[in-house]
Amino acid sequence: MKIGLPANSTDVNSPISDNFGRALYYMIYDVESEETRFEKNTAAMSQGGAGIKAAQLVVDSEAKIVITPQLGENAFNVLNSAKIEIYKSEKGSLMDNVRLYKDGQLQLLANIHKGRH
Amino acid sequence: MKIAVLSGKGGTGKTFVASNIAAIAGKSVYLDCDIEEPNGHLFLKGPVIKETDVNLPMPKIDHDLCDGCRKCVDFCAFNALAMISEKITVFEKICHSCGGCKIICPQKAITEVDRKIGKIEERIYKEVELRSGVMTPGEQSGTKIIDMLIDSVKDEQNTVIIDCPPGSACTVMDSIEDADYCILVAEPTTFGAHNLKMVHKLVQIFDKPHGIILNKSDGSHNPSKQYCLDNSIPILLEIPWRRDISDFIADGKLAVEMDPELNKMFKSLLDHVKEEVQP
Ligand code: SF4
Ligand code: SF4
Repeated sequence: MKIGLPANSTDVNSPISDNFGRALYYMIYDVESEETRFEKNTAAMSQGGAGIKAAQLVVDSEAKIVITPQLGENAFNVLNSAKIEIYKSEKGSLMDNVRLYKDGQLQLLANIHKGRH
Repeated sequence: MKIAVLSGKGGTGKTFVASNIAAIAGKSVYLDCDIEEPNGHLFLKGPVIKETDVNLPMPKIDHDLCDGCRKCVDFCAFNALAMISEKITVFEKICHSCGGCKIICPQKAITEVDRKIGKIEERIYKEVELRSGVMTPGEQSGTKIIDMLIDSVKDEQNTVIIDCPPGSACTVMDSIEDADYCILVAEPTTFGAHNLKMVHKLVQIFDKPHGIILNKSDGSHNPSKQYCLDNSIPILLEIPWRRDISDFIADGKLAVEMDPELNKMFKSLLDHVKEEVQP
């Protein structure tokens, strides 16, 4: 099973990005093989609907879990229809958050921030 | 003659000014382009005599014809399409109705269906024809509603008053594009002056003749007035802050019908604007 996290650098010890749709990369972590790869967010600079395209990228990476500090309404709708579980991240690095998830320390993201226009 | 009334934010008295000008102008058309919160009809009262839906064409996917090639997803410049669980999903509020995906789809799996995003309500108050644009709450873009309103006065001979949306977004630009004159309404506060500056920039970009109405002036220091003096913008009218004026507004009454002094003020304002437009 794969986990997707928004990242601003390709270093697993860098802090998790504070913005899902506008993150520069997505870290895709494979829980079974413990392998990590980074996908470039081609939507980071696009005008409207960045969240949709970003979420599409994560859906295409076959992640089943997403860990993020926040999420726009559109991205939420995409991830939700793809039946991806969304967890709220804690302060810390990408890897810290993966560990917290594995330890069952993360909460499901309940309050969805509406995308601003 | 088309007069646009603008302000940097809501609540400055934009509708108060616009509706009173319309009432004094005799035969006129009032376009309420403040589509998120149209309230010209609170002053220019009358039953709705006609209602027209405003629709946007939305792509509709025939999932039996679609082979999942994703060409439409890659094509859409607004990222309004997503492929989720082997199915194309349309994000209707993001879609700009450009029609491109329909053309690009190799399987001809995309057709268009209308989706209502708002309406235009028509009323008549004395000699004023009122057309109000109403955007359905939750919609992101009401450009089409404004375009329809502006289109409806293309060949209008009577005076047209355009109550613009607040701020300086693209809907404001659409609203003032055809205007012969812009009236900017400003409040006497630092924040008011800041907002005034934004809309002033906008009318300068469009190179429109314009003037300012200072609303709610209480005689004390007025940053908006200072801005006008510093930039030599003509001050058309200074409306004093008065209890009875706020009461007229709260009661949905037209000041020009209630108060002879204000009636005179608005009359000379309109004459002045007329002279500037048609010297
Ligand atoms: S372009 Fe047409 S066939 Fe291809 S994914 Fe889109 S709807 Fe389906
Ligand atoms: S009509 Fe245009 S904006 Fe709407 S989904 Fe199709 S390509 Fe995107």
